[in-house]
Amino acid sequence: MKRIPLWRRYARFFGPDPAADAKDELRFHLETTIDELVRRGWTPDAARHEAERRMGDLRALVRIGACIGGKIERRRQVREYWSDMLQDVRYGLRTLMRDPGFASVSILILALAIGANIAVFSVVNTLLLRPLPFPESRELVRIGPPPTPCGVSCATFSADEFEEFRGQNRTYEDVTGYEAYTTPDNVRITLGGEPQSATSIMVLANFFQVLGVQPAMGRLFTADELRGGPHPVALLTNTYWRRELNADPAIVGKAMEMNGVAVTIVGVLPESFDFGAVFSPGAKVDLFTPVDLTLERHWGSIVALFGRLKPGVSIPQALEDGNRIGPNTFHDVTRPETKGQDKDSFLPMPLKDYVTGKLRRSLIALWCAVGAILLIAGVNLSNLLLARAAARAREFAVRGALGASRRRIVRQLLIESLMLSGAGAVLGLGLAAGTIAWLAHQGAVVLPLLNSLRIDGQALGWTLLLAMVTAILFGVLPGLKITAGNLQEVLKDSSQGAGLGRRHERIRAALVVSEVALACMLLVSAGLLLRSFVRVLDVDLGFQPERAAAIQVAYDEVGSDPMAREERRSVAYQEILRRVSTLPGVEAAGMVDFLPLGPNRDWDTPVPQGKAFAPGSLPAPLVYVISPGFLRALGIRLHGGRDFTWDDGPKSQRVVLINASAARLYWPDEDAVGKILMRDKGQEQDRVVGVVDDVHEESTESGGGAQIYYPTTQQQPDWAQLVIRTSMPPASLGPSVLRVLREINPKQPAAEFRPIRTVVNRANSPRRFFMLLVGGFAGLGMLLAALGIYGVTSYSVTQRSREIGVRMALGASSGRVQRDVLGNTLRLALIGVAAGTVASAVAARLIASLLFDTSPWDATSYAGMILLLVAVAILSGYLPARRASRIDPIQALRSN
Amino acid sequence: MDTTKLEFLRGTLDVLILKALMWGPLHGYAVTELIRRQSEDALLLEEGTLYPALWRLERKGLLEAEWGLSENKRKAKYYRLTGQGRRQLRHEVRTWEAYAAAVAKVLSATQPPLAGEAR
Repeated sequence: MKRIPLWRRYARFFGPDPAADAKDELRFHLETTIDELVRRGWTPDAARHEAERRMGDLRALVRIGACIGGKIERRRQVREYWSDMLQDVRYGLRTLMRDPGFASVSILILALAIGANIAVFSVVNTLLLRPLPFPESRELVRIGPPPTPCGVSCATFSADEFEEFRGQNRTYEDVTGYEAYTTPDNVRITLGGEPQSATSIMVLANFFQVLGVQPAMGRLFTADELRGGPHPVALLTNTYWRRELNADPAIVGKAMEMNGVAVTIVGVLPESFDFGAVFSPGAKVDLFTPVDLTLERHWGSIVALFGRLKPGVSIPQALEDGNRIGPNTFHDVTRPETKGQDKDSFLPMPLKDYVTGKLRRSLIALWCAVGAILLIAGVNLSNLLLARAAARAREFAVRGALGASRRRIVRQLLIESLMLSGAGAVLGLGLAAGTIAWLAHQGAVVLPLLNSLRIDGQALGWTLLLAMVTAILFGVLPGLKITAGNLQEVLKDSSQGAGLGRRHERIRAALVVSEVALACMLLVSAGLLLRSFVRVLDVDLGFQPERAAAIQVAYDEVGSDPMAREERRSVAYQEILRRVSTLPGVEAAGMVDFLPLGPNRDWDTPVPQGKAFAPGSLPAPLVYVISPGFLRALGIRLHGGRDFTWDDGPKSQRVVLINASAARLYWPDEDAVGKILMRDKGQEQDRVVGVVDDVHEESTESGGGAQIYYPTTQQQPDWAQLVIRTSMPPASLGPSVLRVLREINPKQPAAEFRPIRTVVNRANSPRRFFMLLVGGFAGLGMLLAALGIYGVTSYSVTQRSREIGVRMALGASSGRVQRDVLGNTLRLALIGVAAGTVASAVAARLIASLLFDTSPWDATSYAGMILLLVAVAILSGYLPARRASRIDPIQALRSN
Repeated sequence: MDTTKLEFLRGTLDVLILKALMWGPLHGYAVTELIRRQSEDALLLEEGTLYPALWRLERKGLLEAEWGLSENKRKAKYYRLTGQGRRQLRHEVRTWEAYAAAVAKVLSATQPPLAGEAR
């Protein structure tokens, strides 16, 4: 047998034809048989006849041949495709290895962009997309009134309202809640050694059952513990059990001392349950105790309500149910006049929306920002690929001339960009994993669910998708562009495709312009957010957080006679404050029960004496119980009147301080000092002795509700927080203050000073978090844009070195050349900035709701960011421009 | 033609084709010829059976085909054994031999098995 003859190449010019192959094969057989028969002496006609007879049904045979041949052909094609692919991959790897600079720069760019995208996707996924970590979490709702200026306090219910609502509703599987007024380190736990501070939350006994949380050990609270139960019990969180009890496996049933009372530990909650992450971002909770509904009946609105809807019940149905029950509920069943007091408050809201709804806009903005980063990175990659492709134009032309189809060449490019984006994605995944791990442990950022941040299957899917899309969009489009060119032209042209180069330069310029525009949009948005953040920091909070610090003081109220209790408390507080004030470095000291920017509460609705207000038109002011000296310690300014003194005792006139907003509300055109506020239908009369500044209570960004201050000498505070103003670092004062507290009360647990600044920073942390991220992305975008400008200018200088050489030989000065190159760069940058400003205006409108006290058209932000961008553009154009001006005309003319 | 036409037993066709190709690449006509001559005209392959069998073996990857010029200067499709085909041949030959030996033993028996073993 001879090898395949040349003519076979053309035999199947129009592609493989299995039927014809089978026919050919059988014809050969037929003819050979005839030859043989003729040789044996048959006549040709008879021989043909005989041969055909032996062959049988030729057509059927051809059909079988065509069918099997077709299958063989298809398999061969698949095999060839994969072997070609493998060849392309190997070839691609070799080409990339040959140019490690290009490969590493593009992989790095992609890794940064893809990494940022994965990280943000994971955050978005955790906060917005993934359901809450409870079984059937879609059925869980928060029950409360629409948002009001008075915050938490107006969003809670009394113990009786809870029971009424629980009993009367038809749409809820069950209703539960927790006591909303808890400060950190609110209990004193003794486990054998020194007393330690811990954070305890009081929950309604069915809380965990409604959420669907199963204990890791022991049991949950039982129904009879809704009313206290036979003896005090507590549930521990998993982290507390591990940290403080060394994960004692036999802890269930043991007792511990809590605020001097023996409490039985009935169970340990699972590790997956994190109260703070869902209900109170940033808070760490150590243990839970059941609310005693009977005891708390008269404490007012203290319960934050949650519920689980019956399966299939919609939010509007539950809303209707709530509105039906509302008018029939008693705030306090022992007081008939409180019927229907909170009738419009039983509004259900999906728990998920309650937890993360406020962040939706910020997160979407963040997502868009990283999307823009990916676009910029992609454009950069396109640019790099184009530059490389121009250099490789001859290679492609030669391959094309040797028979490689356009498809094959585009596939080659696709494989190369897939390899780049694949490597970028892997590296980006690593970067994202690092970022995510870091973020998940940011206790100082008050964002919900942060602790459950992780890279999961969805994030991996997202990564894969990004890598593919980037590779195809930014890798293949330039490929198509290149191969669309006339190959002959390229081969003919000796100087690396000058005609092609020109056209590419236009594309590349367009790419740079779009890059600059995107970067400009990012920068302006970041600028607006930065300015908002600065504005927030500048807000007059009504107190001076600098140099102030707070520590939890243990003080047990003793006795049942209120008058005697107030006497004793007054003496104790006075003694504490006197001794703390004498410590070196302490400028002022005072006591308060609730710090600003934390939880707060209201009691009832005081009415100014001698004034008529329509019932229900007066709000319930937020209540603070403070000691003399507190105003000075926290730096709250007194507008008129005086501070409390120790002489405002239990037996003297009841006195209060109100804030400016309350004064305006009660006595719009008069001086409030000296006026009387009445509570309990005039049974309680409090004289206003002073008016103080409005203090931002809920958040740094909003404030202005009515506030009222009672003296600790006349009212019982819920907790005692010692606030000091000091010229020294508060931490250094900790030990000596603690010593004083221990001398007065040996049960005082170990505690640390919390600088008020950190309280404020925590309140600002979500804004800071988003601002930093968007700012970081904007910086990254700018860097990538600068890289793009540098790349394009540098490339065009290289391409035009001959032209520049000629011009310099004809007398152009080096300064002139440099100016030209720079001018060109500046032109691109300015076009980009112009387009970017328009885009920014659109983006700014979209993020307008995220801005604080900053107009979306804030000229300073725009001007500053545009100047910055132009400066960076000039800088990145300067290096190639300088190189252009140093071109030696002789050398430039000689080369090429 | 006075050759006895033996019916091909199922499965023996493939092994015969593989065996025929053991000596080198052949086209379909040569395969028939070879089998005919080696069986001393006892086995005569019909085209209607031969070609589908060849194609089937090609599809299974036991054979590979290539076009070439025959000794009478016509273009013909040559088949050759692949490595996999060679292994298959060895395997089938062993199976066939074991089978044939067993059949022969039974057929050439002159007396029933020992009394104790058969009932």
